[in-house]
Amino acid sequence: MGNLAFDIAHLLAGGLVLVSLMLLYQDRLYALLNVFALQATVLAMSVAWQAWVQGAPHLYITAVIALVVKAIVIPVALHRIIARLGIHREIENVVSIGPTMLAGIGLVALSMVVMLKVTADADPLAREDLAFALSVVLLGLLMMVTRRNAVSQVVGFMSLENGLILAATGAKGMPLVVEISVAFSVLVAFIVIGIFLFRIRERFDTVDVHALDRFRGDQR
Amino acid sequence: MVVISDLAIQGAQMLLVLTLAPLLTGFVRKVKAQLLRRRGASIVQPYRDLLRLLRKEVILADTASWLFRVIPYLIFATTWVAAALVPTFATSLLFSWSADLIAIIALLGSARFFLALAGMDVGTSFGGIGSSREVMIATLAEPAMIMIVFTLALLAGSTQLSNVASFMLSSSVGVRVSLALALVALVMVAIAENARIPIDNPATHLELTMVHEAMVLEYSGRHLAMIELAASLKLLLYISLIGCVFLPWGLALPGAGAAAQVAAVAVYIAKLAAGGFLLALFETTVAKMRVFRVPDFLGAALMLGLLGTLLLFVSRSL
Amino acid sequence: MVAIVGLWCVAALLGIAGFGIVAGNWSQGSRLTYGATAATSTVALITAVLQLVGGTGVPPSIVLPLGLPWIGAHFRMDALSAFFLVVINLGGAAASLYGVGYGQHEDEPQRVLPFFPAFLAGMNLVILADDAFSFLLSWEFMSLASWALVMAHHHERDNIRAGYVYIVMACFGTLALLLAFGLLAGPEGGYAFASIRVHQLSPLLAGFVLGLALLGAGSKAGLVPLHVWLPLAHPAAPSHVSASMSGVMTKVAVYGFIRIVFDLLGPTAWWWSFPILAIGSGTAVLGVLYALMETDLKRVLAYSTIENIGLIFVGLGLALAFRANSLPAASALALTAALFHAFNHALFKSALFFGAGAVLTATGERQMERLGGLIHRMPTTSVVVLVACVAISALPPLNGFASEWLAFQAILLSPQLPLWGLKLLVPAVGALLALSAALAAACFVRVFGIVFLGRPRSPAAERAAEVDRWSLSAMVILAGLCILAGILPGFVIDAIAPVAQSLVGSRMPEQAGMSWLSIIPVAESRSSYNGLLVFCFIAASASLAAYVIHRLASHALRRAPAWDCGFPQSSPATQYTASSFAQPIRRVFGGYAFQARERVEMPPPGNLGPARFQVDLRDLAWELIYTPITNSVSVAAERLNRLQFLTIRQYLSLVFSALVFLLLVLALWS
Repeated sequence: MGNLAFDIAHLLAGGLVLVSLMLLYQDRLYALLNVFALQATVLAMSVAWQAWVQGAPHLYITAVIALVVKAIVIPVALHRIIARLGIHREIENVVSIGPTMLAGIGLVALSMVVMLKVTADADPLAREDLAFALSVVLLGLLMMVTRRNAVSQVVGFMSLENGLILAATGAKGMPLVVEISVAFSVLVAFIVIGIFLFRIRERFDTVDVHALDRFRGDQR
Repeated sequence: MVVISDLAIQGAQMLLVLTLAPLLTGFVRKVKAQLLRRRGASIVQPYRDLLRLLRKEVILADTASWLFRVIPYLIFATTWVAAALVPTFATSLLFSWSADLIAIIALLGSARFFLALAGMDVGTSFGGIGSSREVMIATLAEPAMIMIVFTLALLAGSTQLSNVASFMLSSSVGVRVSLALALVALVMVAIAENARIPIDNPATHLELTMVHEAMVLEYSGRHLAMIELAASLKLLLYISLIGCVFLPWGLALPGAGAAAQVAAVAVYIAKLAAGGFLLALFETTVAKMRVFRVPDFLGAALMLGLLGTLLLFVSRSL
Repeated sequence: MVAIVGLWCVAALLGIAGFGIVAGNWSQGSRLTYGATAATSTVALITAVLQLVGGTGVPPSIVLPLGLPWIGAHFRMDALSAFFLVVINLGGAAASLYGVGYGQHEDEPQRVLPFFPAFLAGMNLVILADDAFSFLLSWEFMSLASWALVMAHHHERDNIRAGYVYIVMACFGTLALLLAFGLLAGPEGGYAFASIRVHQLSPLLAGFVLGLALLGAGSKAGLVPLHVWLPLAHPAAPSHVSASMSGVMTKVAVYGFIRIVFDLLGPTAWWWSFPILAIGSGTAVLGVLYALMETDLKRVLAYSTIENIGLIFVGLGLALAFRANSLPAASALALTAALFHAFNHALFKSALFFGAGAVLTATGERQMERLGGLIHRMPTTSVVVLVACVAISALPPLNGFASEWLAFQAILLSPQLPLWGLKLLVPAVGALLALSAALAAACFVRVFGIVFLGRPRSPAAERAAEVDRWSLSAMVILAGLCILAGILPGFVIDAIAPVAQSLVGSRMPEQAGMSWLSIIPVAESRSSYNGLLVFCFIAASASLAAYVIHRLASHALRRAPAWDCGFPQSSPATQYTASSFAQPIRRVFGGYAFQARERVEMPPPGNLGPARFQVDLRDLAWELIYTPITNSVSVAAERLNRLQFLTIRQYLSLVFSALVFLLLVLALWS
């Protein structure tokens, strides 16, 4: 039994890393949102499995929040934003896909080495979860670095946050308050960024964050 | 006694793959046509095509060399040998130890090497375009395939396909993310290797994006029949490979009786049908890629394979 | 006794070299010289094979009263030396046999004849040497002899540059080895290898020695980024010398590395394999990518040598990693893979260079863009080159695949390594190895397809004729050995076993006794491969198919113009060229490796001028490493130049101040 529980947790957490890499691979915005929804779903499943394994009912609430907010509400809302901005055909990588994927694999390897070394005497399930969570966080950051479009930066940010939740659930017992506050802060951030998107768009006629750089005083 | 039964199974398998391969191709074409609301050609049409090609005369380009005439037989032979070494319905093949999974991949590589040479032999521009793209696709597909082999070999402790299949049948495998990654990567590689949509379109001619068809453009008659049969065999090989590694249920184990063997054959045919159906379904839902999107696609397969191996290294050492 | 025979062979080769000085003027002198060289190399080859297969107990050795008086010249033939002597004399004998025919076309034979036997003698001496002094002396002798051969056709401008770059890099390599041996011998200066083995170094110094050995042997072998001289120098020499330099001299460099790192340096530190694995796999991929971008036939082959050296060093790195973590069986497997590949590479690379030489003789062309269709006019050469191409592309059932397969099996044992970094590095190395194998296949489809298939792209290629029988026999022998080593790899592995036993303390299981002559690296349940059976299966099913079809199907065959989708073009210029064949791969990898940029210049509408397509490739090794070094050297030289125009008083004051400075140092130091 213990073995199977471990295997499934491993599968789900590894699946989360895989979906993060799939996020890196997408260059169309709608596809990006679909994969993001998939990521949130996998996260919800992973959290729910942890809730069952650890016997911690409050984690179910976390799973439900992840499922409802991140897998349904936010993708749908972003979908609408993209449709209203009319940018669904934009392809916007700073670095092309091949090197990005390579860098992604390198980051995964790096976080494995670091986490497994640091947490040598912890419970194997937690170790693995932490290693995967760090990879997801790093991949989210990588996505924010390599993308130009504000929408994909938002997605990168939220995928990063998904990694944090994975880490928190793996570490046995994240207080519900923290989780809810994190969820709300993300929601707030999402709203703020959404409003900003429209403001940016009105002002500069593009959502390419590169355009903002030109208005900074310290540009070369 | 064991040797004789293994030899019988080996021989049966060689004949089975040879006879089933055109049927699989016909089945995939039929399903595709039905999905597109067409009636489609009969499922046995590939056999008729082969017979027709065999009866026709060969029209050989003036500039073709002797190599051009030898290559179809070489391609057919290497593909057939490779297909005969993948367990289809039984794991106890007499000669499965003579080539492991790496060698099977490399045998297919030999076939591709000669096919690419054939494309360049006559000295036409279409042949060159096909060959150069084929080797480009191969340079990405082969490392991805080797990474998949690594994942399987690390898990099963063997690169021998019979042993891998027996290991997968045993209960000690569990659910592993590496296996899922390897499966996805293997499917991607199989699509690329068999020149299916979205990498290449097996149904077109006269299109600048074709790869496999461009190389065999100058072939006709019995030579073309050999190459078509080899292509069908290769498709069958990849579906059998996926079946025997990831869905090993129903394989006849060593020492199984005749009834079990027959049942295993039935299961195998069901697996082939399922694989063919999924392939046709996939092909009708995606569009063909530009040639220079292929590196991204196969690069992703390589990354998945690499990730699978990495994860396995990690989970093994916990 | 055996060592003495080896030395006699060296002396005979040197004698032949002396004979070659005068022989250049006779009409049959060239044949005589090459014939004698071939005979001597064969004797040396047989000696080495006997020693490798039958030699047990204490390796034969001898001390001659030559060289430095307090050391003498030590020579010894242990298993490692014997193996490399086999490789060298096999390549040397084949090259000499080829030279009997090929040497007839030489314009100035006296520029080649004396140096070729001397070159072979130098390589033999390096392997036999058993003290640092003779080793370095022979190494330098080998370098200089090969340099003279590179400069044989000194009228061509490119060759002068090649010779210059080569001599600079060779001096640099020898300097690195000199320092390495200095550190190895320590302050007491026991320069015989026996006393070096006893002398233990601190870990830091041992690391230095490893770095110096990588620099010294690596520059001779052609590791990236020390490879720049190799694609210039190897093709510049006459083709049989190119074959010896690429196929054989690089193996001497590998030998030097193994001798220093595995034998003399003593126990291994855990981190040593990292740089070797990283550099080796990088070299493998970059070397073959360079080869794919090149259109000069002999330079393609030279770049492909770099790739194979990378593969060999990956094997050595793995062997070192396993040895450091006390896994001797795995280490023996990796070392066997590396040595087997070194042997294979000597075979097929020599055959390929011979083929390139034959093409050069027949057409006068090295440029692939002006060749084509040679399979119709040079049937035997094309079969030999085809076999060598299949072998070097690591395709079964030939020998290249057997060694590559062993390397993959060694990689699959790497989860046993306890180190995290290695656990993650080794799969990546495996992916790079597979990538380089696939790229090599692409490269040699390109070589064979452009040069031998298709239609002739120039009048010279149209008029080509088969070369002489001597050259052909050398090529056929090598191709036959490629096939033999491919279908019976077990015997080669068994022959390598004593080497692995002496260096890593273990060996692969005895292969000769395996059923059906298959090779089994670890255990039968783990993996096995049978080249013989695979070969027989392919042959049987191909003949079966041919038989059935010719019995049952139509025999009719009609020759007609090529179809080409209904638009056949009569001009051979419409075929794919070597550059256009490489275009997809250039698009995929060239951007990273060479910063490749493609430019299309279309004439404006109404202008009937041709459109132009241009590709810019940048060699990053030159730009990032060598150009800054040459620039700083020339800047420094410019500065120092002023010293040549001083008055006598100023010179005196310089000397005086130097003296005072030295005295000051002495005063403060002690």
